[in-house]
Amino acid sequence: MNLLVDGLLKALAMLRSGDNEIITIATLTAKVSLTSIFFSTLLGLPLGMVLGLSKFKGRRLLLTFINLGMGLPPVVAGLWITLLLWRSGPLGQFSLLYTPTAIIMAQFIVSLPIIVGLTCSTFQQISDKLLLQIKALGATRTQTLFILLKETKIGIFAAIIAGLGRIIAEVGAAMMVGGNIQGDTRILTTSIVMEVSKGNFDIALALSFILMSAAFLITGSITFLQQRKRNA
Amino acid sequence: MVKNRFLSVVMALVLMAFFTSGQLFSQKASATSSSKQTSLILATTTSTQDTGLLDVLIPMFEKENNVKVKTIAVGTGQALALGQKGEADVLLVHAPQSEQPLVDSKDVINRKRVMYNDFILVGPSSNPAHLSGSDIKTAFKKMYTAKKTFVSRGDDSGTDKKEKSIWQSLNIKPSGASYISTGQGMGATLQIAAQKKAYVLTDRGTFLSQKKKLGGMKIIIEGGKDLMNIYHVMQVNPAKHKMINSKDAKKFVDFMVSKKTQTIIGNFGKKEYGQALFIKYTE
Repeated sequence: MNLLVDGLLKALAMLRSGDNEIITIATLTAKVSLTSIFFSTLLGLPLGMVLGLSKFKGRRLLLTFINLGMGLPPVVAGLWITLLLWRSGPLGQFSLLYTPTAIIMAQFIVSLPIIVGLTCSTFQQISDKLLLQIKALGATRTQTLFILLKETKIGIFAAIIAGLGRIIAEVGAAMMVGGNIQGDTRILTTSIVMEVSKGNFDIALALSFILMSAAFLITGSITFLQQRKRNA
Repeated sequence: MVKNRFLSVVMALVLMAFFTSGQLFSQKASATSSSKQTSLILATTTSTQDTGLLDVLIPMFEKENNVKVKTIAVGTGQALALGQKGEADVLLVHAPQSEQPLVDSKDVINRKRVMYNDFILVGPSSNPAHLSGSDIKTAFKKMYTAKKTFVSRGDDSGTDKKEKSIWQSLNIKPSGASYISTGQGMGATLQIAAQKKAYVLTDRGTFLSQKKKLGGMKIIIEGGKDLMNIYHVMQVNPAKHKMINSKDAKKFVDFMVSKKTQTIIGNFGKKEYGQALFIKYTE
């Protein structure tokens, strides 16, 4: 229990002292996670939407793969990306291994299926009657899109929050493709692993408090956006 | 109303896009401002990172040569594999017997001896197998027949290779409930051994740097001639692999064996632990 208090105090002290290293690590973590969630949302939302509203051959099989992807272990994603980015691999000439970009790629891959899958199920829940009504009232394509987005707002935000949660929790891939390089690819989760292996449990705990507070802030503001309608 | 709500969604997305593109931009800007800076991938063992030695040496090297060192701290086995595949530029490892094949196959060149420390057997202060002396083989045998718990790295690292070679020389294939294989780095393995009150083979540096966090663990066997732990630095051969930064790799090898660096290595840890964690040992 003492350790817990020590960790909390240490976290506060680290933040107050403006410890350069911890600031670098925390900013990088935020930068990388937000970039990943931005891109997976950008691609995942339209994909989920189309998948949820359309019917075509092989749709179920595709959905199966997406649902499978929701449980894709980050280390598996990390391993695949490592093979791709190796100097001797197909994308070797870009020297991307052990860079923040590599971490973003891994986080994108693990969060994309979550966003696609959850968006898709939200859009599937839209009742056919509503779709018919929209059509009957002569809405243009853009108008239809607006109405549907409004209708599915809660589900879409839920998808983004779930994707972000995956990204924040992820450590195996970031360790593998990032390499936990000081000042470069060391993010909060990988530094927690490192500090634990060094036996610095107090620092690790402090870092975990910082990570959770940052996650609280980000998830909190998205949740706020999601629930806005209710209060209005 | 509909538009208002939709607007808030769009706003959120736009804000996010702004934030990220701003970040990307600043990343790009910093990349161009330091465009002359090259980067060097160093594959090394967990012991050099866990002791904190690299935290002292790497910033010095980076400053002197305007190079960004990417340190990948893994087991010696993996570090050697990265070198053999040409995925790293320079290696700092401690398994001379496993390094030799890479020298022979010309995957690595310019191999230089840097420093040593020694392996020690540590265990709970109660010393349940009553081990003593300096002969590691006798100790291993006694411990194994007494079925006392031993924690192994099991990760093909330099320490792990050393341990396996001792078992091999005794013609014992350790197994069973008293033999725990962690598959993790030295620091993590020491923690597990302390929790399980077990014996563990470690390099002296990592043990000394973590001793105060490992309640009740002490050195049981030390000083035997089999227990020397030698570190070598070497360049990955640019003639055999593509995209190797051999210019900075050569500088790094020279840096590690330079008089100045050797003095720093020889003094590292004296203040904090009362004795040096590594002993300078260049040719």
